[in-house]
Amino acid sequence: MDKDFAARRRRDLIIAAVLAAIAALTPLFVKDVVVQNILILTLMYAGLSQSWNILSGYCGQISLGHALYFGLGAYTTELLFTKFGVLPWFGMLAGGVVSALIAMGLGYPFFRLRGHYFVIATIVIAEIGLLLFHNWEWAGAAMGITIPIRGDSWLKFQFLRTKLPYFYFALALCCLAWFVTWWLENSKWGFWWRAVKDNPDAAESLGVDVFNSKMGAAAVSAFLVAVGGSFYAQFVSYIDPESVMGFQFSLLMALPAVLGGIGTLWGPVLGAAILIPLTELTRFKFGGSGRGVDLIVYGTLIVLISLALPRGLLSLFSRPKKTGAAR
Amino acid sequence: MGLLYGLIAVGLALIFGLMDVTNFAHGEFLMIAMYLSFFLFAFFAIDPLLSAPLVAAGLFIFGAVIYLLIVRFAMRAKANAGMVQIFTTFGLAIVMRGLAQFFFTPDYRSIPQSWLGGKTISIGGIFLPEPQLVGALVSIAAFAGLYFFIHRTDFGRAIEATREDPGAVALVGIDKNRVFAFGWGLGAALVGLAGAIMASFFYIYPDVGASFALIAYVTVALGGFGSVFGAFAGGIIVGLVEATTALVLPPSLKSVGIYAVYLLVVFIRPRGLFGSI
Repeated sequence: MDKDFAARRRRDLIIAAVLAAIAALTPLFVKDVVVQNILILTLMYAGLSQSWNILSGYCGQISLGHALYFGLGAYTTELLFTKFGVLPWFGMLAGGVVSALIAMGLGYPFFRLRGHYFVIATIVIAEIGLLLFHNWEWAGAAMGITIPIRGDSWLKFQFLRTKLPYFYFALALCCLAWFVTWWLENSKWGFWWRAVKDNPDAAESLGVDVFNSKMGAAAVSAFLVAVGGSFYAQFVSYIDPESVMGFQFSLLMALPAVLGGIGTLWGPVLGAAILIPLTELTRFKFGGSGRGVDLIVYGTLIVLISLALPRGLLSLFSRPKKTGAAR
Repeated sequence: MGLLYGLIAVGLALIFGLMDVTNFAHGEFLMIAMYLSFFLFAFFAIDPLLSAPLVAAGLFIFGAVIYLLIVRFAMRAKANAGMVQIFTTFGLAIVMRGLAQFFFTPDYRSIPQSWLGGKTISIGGIFLPEPQLVGALVSIAAFAGLYFFIHRTDFGRAIEATREDPGAVALVGIDKNRVFAFGWGLGAALVGLAGAIMASFFYIYPDVGASFALIAYVTVALGGFGSVFGAFAGGIIVGLVEATTALVLPPSLKSVGIYAVYLLVVFIRPRGLFGSI
């Protein structure tokens, strides 16, 4: 069984490398800017969802407040950039660290909560963040921040003429999140998380450090999401509280994982690959009417999928599910 | 206002207490109720105050149908049950919002010159807006009725029993689905009542539910999931906190006070004030 597991992990790594290579080559064939845009968003959400999956999928602490970390990443980067001229690369790291610290700070009180109490607390805390940024004059309040254009360079992480660098960064982010998940899956933490998810009390009694392993998951998850946030800020070059910390991001991070298969290595990638193009296309096709048809289509899909495939799309592929393989 | 929050929340609390499902489309139920009473006013000139029972009845049917059509299946999921319920009701909320936009357009509407709108009444020198006052009275009556219903009638006992042990209840010949559908209907009817009252003094638009939903969840969690009395108390606390925050902070920050108090309470008592289990 251990040999099986090792083989599966090697296989996963190879598949990931092949997929990444294929993805890296797509811009050679896809020149259409609209399509490139969709690809970038898909990769970004795959990465975000993968990061969300670490805390919510593997560790079982369902968070619907990850928009907070996304927004913090975006704001930290852009405030440092516009107010102090700090390069986005450092801002990105700073955003990640800030988010991870805040996630851990919140972890102290939050991880005592269970089930719905935890979910609602995460929504509430993200909402508080949103309201605070809305009223914070120095950070642009409701007006937000327009990121000044300082030229076309990797150094400043701004690209005016082509979207390709954004594409490659999104790809790198997605790969990073995937690799971190892959790596953690087989670490001490990974095993602890699954134990905590299945039965926290039993895990505790077997000597699993429940609290610290949740903290670890929260920190890693928040860090990666914040990096995604600062990428998004540079990509759209304008942020306001609603557009980076709104509830829809918490949802959009969770949905691909839920759709593809929560708590699995490939779920978020698969989910994002299907969901994001679909979202963008429905918005593209019906969104212009302003009459909410895109919402209807989108919502119906969510309902149908979560009813029909509680384990996610990935469950369609797994042979008579050998859950033991993961343990 | 606090009592109205309580009334919105108690339907949620009922549904949660009954079957451990959080209805994330609760705000959209409220939205539907407001539109319903708006159209009753627009087409038949029925004042929201009079149409409230009609709206509640309509929502009762709506809630029961939603349960039978959708939620029933969400509760069957064995894997990731929590996730399935959250996302099914979320998806439902999105669909409902989309439908509202589609049929009613995103315009803001309001009911002009209802019996209650814009009037104030003076009691012992304190001026109170009439709609809120009536809302408070209706809420208290609804709470009392619900409390009585759950604790004193056979059907209420059936609900309680089904919550405790769905398996055993089936043996005694109680149809779980009927009880649950009834529970959903009742929860929806309560929010329908709240919606009808609010329609007389609040703007009505497709996203209106969303702004109240979070407060409703907070109210329920504050009082403790599954406790009707908790939702009542939670509603009062939320109303008071909101009024106090409005005095010291800019209006746009008034809900921060509510959230902060909620977080404080839950950190001290992770099960809410009156939550069991």
